[in-house]
Amino acid sequence: MVVFGQFLEVLIGGLLAGVLYSLVALGFVLIFKASGVFNFAQGAMVLLAGLALVRSLDFMVARGIPTWAAIVLGLLFAAVVMAITAAIIQRFVLGPLVNQDGLSLFMATIGITFVIEGAGQMIFGSDVYPLSLFPTDAWFILDGIFEGGLLVSKIDVWGGVIAGALVAVLAIFFQRTKTGRALRAVADDHAAAESVGIPITWIWFVVWLVAGLVALTAATVWGTKLGVQFSIVFLALKALPVLIIGGFTSVPGAIVGGLIVGAGEKIAEVYLGQHIGGGIEYWFAYVLALAVLLVRPQGLFGERIIERI
Amino acid sequence: MLYREAGQFKTSYAADMAIFPIRQDRIGVIALLVFAFVGIPLLAHFQLWPLGSDYFLRAILIPFLILSLAAIGVNILVGYCGQISLGSGAFMAIGAYSAYKFGTGVHIPLEFLGTEISIAPLPMIVSILLGGLMAAIVGILFGIPSLRIKGLYLAVATLAAQFFFDWVFLRVKWFTNYAPSGSVAAPDFYFFGYLVNSPIERYLLCLVFVTIFALIAKNLVRGNIGRQWMAIRDMDIAAELMGIRPLYAKLTAFAVSSFIVGVAGALWAFIYLGAWEPLAFSIDRSLQLLFMVIIGGLGSILGSFLGAAFILILPIFLDQVPHALGVPVTVETVSHLVFIVTGALICYLLIVEPHGFARLWSIAKEKLRLWPFPY
Amino acid sequence: MKADVQERPETASAGHVVADRVIGDVVLAVDNVSLAFGGVKAITDVSFDIRKGEIRAIIGPNGAGKTSMLNVINGFYHPNQGTITFKGKKRSQMRPYIAASQGISRTFQNLALFKGMSTLDNIMAGRALKMRRGLLWQALHWGPALAEEIRHREAVEKIIDFLEIQHIRKAPVGKLPYGLQKRVELGRALAMEPELLLLDEPMAGMNLEEKKDMSRYILTVNDQFGTTVALIEHDMGVVMDISDRVVVLEYGRKIADGTPDEVQRDQRVIDAYLGISH
Repeated sequence: MVVFGQFLEVLIGGLLAGVLYSLVALGFVLIFKASGVFNFAQGAMVLLAGLALVRSLDFMVARGIPTWAAIVLGLLFAAVVMAITAAIIQRFVLGPLVNQDGLSLFMATIGITFVIEGAGQMIFGSDVYPLSLFPTDAWFILDGIFEGGLLVSKIDVWGGVIAGALVAVLAIFFQRTKTGRALRAVADDHAAAESVGIPITWIWFVVWLVAGLVALTAATVWGTKLGVQFSIVFLALKALPVLIIGGFTSVPGAIVGGLIVGAGEKIAEVYLGQHIGGGIEYWFAYVLALAVLLVRPQGLFGERIIERI
Repeated sequence: MLYREAGQFKTSYAADMAIFPIRQDRIGVIALLVFAFVGIPLLAHFQLWPLGSDYFLRAILIPFLILSLAAIGVNILVGYCGQISLGSGAFMAIGAYSAYKFGTGVHIPLEFLGTEISIAPLPMIVSILLGGLMAAIVGILFGIPSLRIKGLYLAVATLAAQFFFDWVFLRVKWFTNYAPSGSVAAPDFYFFGYLVNSPIERYLLCLVFVTIFALIAKNLVRGNIGRQWMAIRDMDIAAELMGIRPLYAKLTAFAVSSFIVGVAGALWAFIYLGAWEPLAFSIDRSLQLLFMVIIGGLGSILGSFLGAAFILILPIFLDQVPHALGVPVTVETVSHLVFIVTGALICYLLIVEPHGFARLWSIAKEKLRLWPFPY
Repeated sequence: MKADVQERPETASAGHVVADRVIGDVVLAVDNVSLAFGGVKAITDVSFDIRKGEIRAIIGPNGAGKTSMLNVINGFYHPNQGTITFKGKKRSQMRPYIAASQGISRTFQNLALFKGMSTLDNIMAGRALKMRRGLLWQALHWGPALAEEIRHREAVEKIIDFLEIQHIRKAPVGKLPYGLQKRVELGRALAMEPELLLLDEPMAGMNLEEKKDMSRYILTVNDQFGTTVALIEHDMGVVMDISDRVVVLEYGRKIADGTPDEVQRDQRVIDAYLGISH
């Protein structure tokens, strides 16, 4: 029972941590679906959103603005920063690169990553900034069944709640609003969508904006957990294997992929890592993705591609 | 006026297929090589400008040569064969650590068989080439997924290589000969019994490697296998219908590329760093190499040199120029500026000139052929 | 894979027709081939054959499954049912490069040139199969490797002369006009010295002059090198003029097969092209 309890604790911790990967992966999927761009910069956008939020928050709190107002204004400020970023990216990089092949676009987003990282840290600073929007202590649950109970961290639960809310909001946005419908049309065929009068540059701006807001949401949770710092960029890279496992075009895939990666790497770390040296969380997700690629290249939820010539 | 090819008639296909078919180019390249092999050592020996101190050799020329070599390797895979790689740093690491193991003696205990494998320390040149070979073998292994997956999917597969080998060299103590700090120091470097130690000797050694491998790379890309790589890059389905085997073309690209990158990694560790940690070959290194290739020119050997030079000189430039102008700039700001300029340049080049500096260079030459008369 | 099929007489470009065409045995047989993508049936139970030395046309309305048929023949698609027999060897599954190595080459409906390479390199790439020197020799680019390169360059130059594209030899193909790209693509297919040449709409989007040129090249290739040709074409005038036999597909089924005259008189073909009043 103790062994099983320990396993359950690791599993729950892993699943909840996986939700954080899902949060970043969602941003990737949105952009990929709507514009076919594989956005390497999503991690940098999380960093930028986090920096904008935490720095403005600190600035306002230091000047005696009540915390709740500072949080609202800080979120607003960070949202505006993400909107400006989206507009700049759309206007100066992706607009001119329309109709280029996926690889060029991908490399362009690596360029964008560097600009965001450099500019973000230059403007907002490059230290580790603690953010405390959510409680970071833990609950002990089911202590009637397991001795000492199972440890569940509150921030992870918050992450799960926020991810769930985000998916619900996005689903409503895609299904119920005019912009959402236009977005789906653009995703299917952007030339056709343009020919029926959908303002395509506006739509792409909206996509990047939404991805930016998703990044901001991820930043609130990640920032609370780890502090806002540069290494968030590399953690966000783990969204890539998540996407490979879930499939690039699938929102449910991003969620499920995140859960698989989160749980998988925690379990592997605890049960396998101790035998081969520890720290395998560092690469486990990528190797898992590689294995999935070899068996099912389109991912668990992706569509099969028929090649034509 | 000087740059004219009028009157240079080619009477054989061999002459037409030469690396530098235009006479002025040949003269220029020979002059450059003579300067690199003779001129620079002489300047350094007599401590003449700009080689008054070691700085220029140690901090600019040697890393430039080694990173150019690595960029050539990356360019073969990314620029010629169209297989994007975010894991070049890992292959440099494999080259470096393998060469280190071969150079200090390989010892593999096989207790369950009651025996062991022991190889005495090998000469450094042999170790470095073996380092390249090990990188090539691992490159082939990680290239196998490229037969089923393409483009961005492959990028993630190469990331797997990057993170996995970061971990291996950090955690598997065997590779670092159980050094407690995890950092290893290169053994003395003997070139056919001669100790290579002074900066100028190190520079010449790198130059020899780079010249030979650049020539080999150029020969490969203009031959049959190079055309197969480019065919796979430009239109893989049509290439297969033309009888080009994707398996062979892609895996040779992975092998040749990883070999060159591995050798560059070994040189980087042995000649430039001297002592190093796994951090020296992190994903930052991989991205840096990718940037060199994009900025210099995808699918161009010359571009690999130009890209390496640019990426290397940019931080120095951004550091020196504000100082010279009397504007105080912190080290941190410089590093952020480097990020911004590099990233922006990548985007700009992808939009305006996807073939990078190398293409700009050849446009300039075209103009020069006509100059000063426009027709 | 000897070059004897393709020994090009010196008079090729001068236009002297030497030998009478001989239509020989069946070189490729398609038996009861069906192909479906998920629930969509592209080809249903089609059988026909191609005889050595003939020009065989495959025609039909858009979406009739013509390109899919070519894709099946050179191994890019694997038929769900039925077999392909090429030179007496039966197969149902094979990789495209094996079909290529057996002597099938092709051009594409929407150009599939290697856009980053020059005309010369594109056509040289068509000879990849014939070049045997290993990596080490190529790395030296000297001795046997250089000799091999020059030998194949000579063969490619003959094709360049034949197709009259000397002036664009070193130009990157991506920037050439459409008609010239089509010619380069034909050159690349010819460089493989194929026994069976598949042409997917070789004259699509061409003006009259270019069509005449292309027809001349196809006839010369067929006449003088004995290359068997299978082509898809929408221009009925061209099809009726240059082909020996015609197979007609509609909605993935074969509805007629025979000489151009027979096919032209066939009621089902007329219906398929003109529509039936119900």
